[in-house]
Amino acid sequence: MSEAAEFDYEGAKLGMWLFLFTEFMLFGALFMLYGGSRVLNPEQFHAASRELDAGLGVANTMVLLTGSLFIASALSALQGGRRRAARNLTALTVLCGAVFLAVKGFEWAAHFRHGFYPNGPALKGAPPGRALFAGLYYLMTGLHGLHVLAGMALLSVLWFWLGSGRARPDHFIALENSALYWHLVDIIWIFLLPLFYLAA
Amino acid sequence: MSYLDNEGAPAWKAWLTTTDHKRIALMYLSLIAPLFLAAMSLGVTMRIKHLHGGDFLISAQTYNELFTLHGVVMIFMFVIPGLATVFGNFFLPILIGARDVAFPRVNLLSVYLFAAGCALALFSIVTRGGAADTGWTFYVPFSVRTGTDVSLAVFSVFVLGLSSILTGLNFIVTTHRLRAPGMSFHRMPLFVWASYATAWIQVLVTPVIGITMILVILERFFNVGLFDPAKGGDPLMYQHLFWTYSHPAVYIMIIPAMGAVTEVIPTFCHKNVYGYKAIAYSSLGIAFFGSLVWGHHMFTSGMAELADMIFSLLTMIVAVPSAIKIFNWTATLYKGSIELTPALLYALSFVFLFAIGGITGIIQGALAVNVFLHDTYWVVGHFHYVMFGGTGFGFFAALLYWFPKMFGRMYNPKPAYWAWALMFVGFNVFYFTFLVLGTMGMPRRYYAHLPQYDTAQLLASAGAFTMVSGILILAGDLVWALFKGARAPDNPWGGMTLEWKTASPPPKENFKERPVITSGPYEFNPGRRA
Amino acid sequence: MGNEQAHVIPYRTLALVWMALLLLTLALWGLSRLSQRLAVLGLLTISPFKAGLVLYVFMHLRYERVLLRTMVFAALAILVIFLALLFSDIPFR
Repeated sequence: MSEAAEFDYEGAKLGMWLFLFTEFMLFGALFMLYGGSRVLNPEQFHAASRELDAGLGVANTMVLLTGSLFIASALSALQGGRRRAARNLTALTVLCGAVFLAVKGFEWAAHFRHGFYPNGPALKGAPPGRALFAGLYYLMTGLHGLHVLAGMALLSVLWFWLGSGRARPDHFIALENSALYWHLVDIIWIFLLPLFYLAA
Repeated sequence: MSYLDNEGAPAWKAWLTTTDHKRIALMYLSLIAPLFLAAMSLGVTMRIKHLHGGDFLISAQTYNELFTLHGVVMIFMFVIPGLATVFGNFFLPILIGARDVAFPRVNLLSVYLFAAGCALALFSIVTRGGAADTGWTFYVPFSVRTGTDVSLAVFSVFVLGLSSILTGLNFIVTTHRLRAPGMSFHRMPLFVWASYATAWIQVLVTPVIGITMILVILERFFNVGLFDPAKGGDPLMYQHLFWTYSHPAVYIMIIPAMGAVTEVIPTFCHKNVYGYKAIAYSSLGIAFFGSLVWGHHMFTSGMAELADMIFSLLTMIVAVPSAIKIFNWTATLYKGSIELTPALLYALSFVFLFAIGGITGIIQGALAVNVFLHDTYWVVGHFHYVMFGGTGFGFFAALLYWFPKMFGRMYNPKPAYWAWALMFVGFNVFYFTFLVLGTMGMPRRYYAHLPQYDTAQLLASAGAFTMVSGILILAGDLVWALFKGARAPDNPWGGMTLEWKTASPPPKENFKERPVITSGPYEFNPGRRA
Repeated sequence: MGNEQAHVIPYRTLALVWMALLLLTLALWGLSRLSQRLAVLGLLTISPFKAGLVLYVFMHLRYERVLLRTMVFAALAILVIFLALLFSDIPFR
């Protein structure tokens, strides 16, 4: 019995979901840390969040959501037998990821110019809590950024597979699972946006 | 052809690239067993030190490193992975009539991650900073400030966590997708239920410790102040995150042992298990409620009183599903035709010692009492009653029960009985004395002790040495059996579950034909309901 | 391959959900400009709703078996309980 002969579609998907649960909990722990820290320093979190540009955050959210639309459509396309369309949509998703990371890069660069980082010039003498906000901001958006990067890598592989036929209309689990991963990264950002840019 | 046959391939290649769950189980065993003996010898060194109250044998700094390493190795490399990776990997697929786990290559990856994690932790002994001296809990602020190599130690915990997650993930999918025809959830052996419940804890809470360990590393390198009150952080946040994993982790350690004991008891009573569903669902109940009690480690840390009360109440609730299991094991014994084999003897010791561990847990879970007992030898005693009296004895019971199936060899029961006597007596002398020492006020993790504790410390050490001699006798017996033992029949104990219906050792594909299940797992007397 | 029963979601549905997500994001932004209190309210209501939309449609949960839906719900519930337990401590010190 080879593995391919007894390939288990439901099992592969269940495995992916379980992996996504671990990602939920990974960020969940950081949400706990953020929540606790914020309750202890509400004013300083509010003050520190003024460094962030809400407009850029919202724009980036839209980029990421659009990527999610593309990859969900890619899956629908592949399931409907349109492999080439699926491949192009996957490429567009990777592009969205790249735009997101580029914007994020500009934001980080600006923060660093302003000295807005833990133990940086802008936060050195600031009241306790501000540097903590900055630390959490870098930690959580940074970890999220790494996940975006991982998602882009994953989807690039899928782009090749869609070309070679390893992912095809009658065998779409790899695309489906990668899409799930991308959506998860999206969901985490949906919470990061208000936590740091809007409601702090 | 047995799974131990290399089929002409070089042995190193056949083993290191295998995806066979049975071989992977043995790879885990070959890593875990020496690590257990090593960590045990660290414990023995500490017991030798306490033969003298003052400066003796080792320095205070070495003592700190010893109890940290003893804790890290025992917890993250023996009790957490022990039963799940060795017996879970070997028997979970067989018990549900599957050919392998759902993701065999992921399984191989997890054993490599485990090996890497162990290597990292051990490597920290020889780095410039030296082994961590924080205790296995890595509490801030000390873990951030100490000069020892905490970063490497916590990173090893991160890697071990990854390995644990992959094992859990594999077990859940295996249980859901690969059951043999007719094997409904309510026909699964109870060890499978226990492994399944454990796997959920592994998947859901292990990521929390993973990220928390990374936070400690970030703090050490970048000094962000996440847990530093001077910067607005809160040291208790670390404790919250740490125990959010590490309390459920003790259920990762104990539930598979409960499952193994539940296999042993019916077989040697030749009787259907009493209250199958109660035992099955109590595993899930323990897994769920056990994940919500972490605050009871922090009663004296300065948490809000509201949280103290909630966590204390939840702690009492976990006792209910645990007690259900104890009652059911006892009821299974009732009117059974009991055959007191070594495996059953160890399993019954598990029940007895775990009951003491559980009850002492309830005692210290009460708020007012906790203030008095916190951070004393009492807690160490309680913990070892659960983790060694429970998981340790459960591990030995499982090993003695399944040894003939795993290796196809019988061991000599006589040394196993002697080993049991030494271990059981030594254990109780050792750790019951710890309970008493705790109530007398002896704080844990202290290098020196006052003269009034001399006698009790001596007694505890004597118990420890007795216990260790028992462990060594058992280890010797099993190693001897590995090479010289008589060939084991397919079903030496008269067990009813699926592993006894295949050869000893099992063939590579587990079963000649895929089994079809038509009844519950322990129906010794078909037609008569227990 | 066992893929047969997979449900293909029409592009139209996906586009509608995407539009809804964008509008909700803008709504959240608008709320946050009005007051801090409303921003937090938005965080606690709009964001979970958006996440729910992604889970339910983009991630196909609507078309999955009850078992998987229960698992996702349970995992998220555990996280919420963890947060609740944490918040029984920190604000009440």
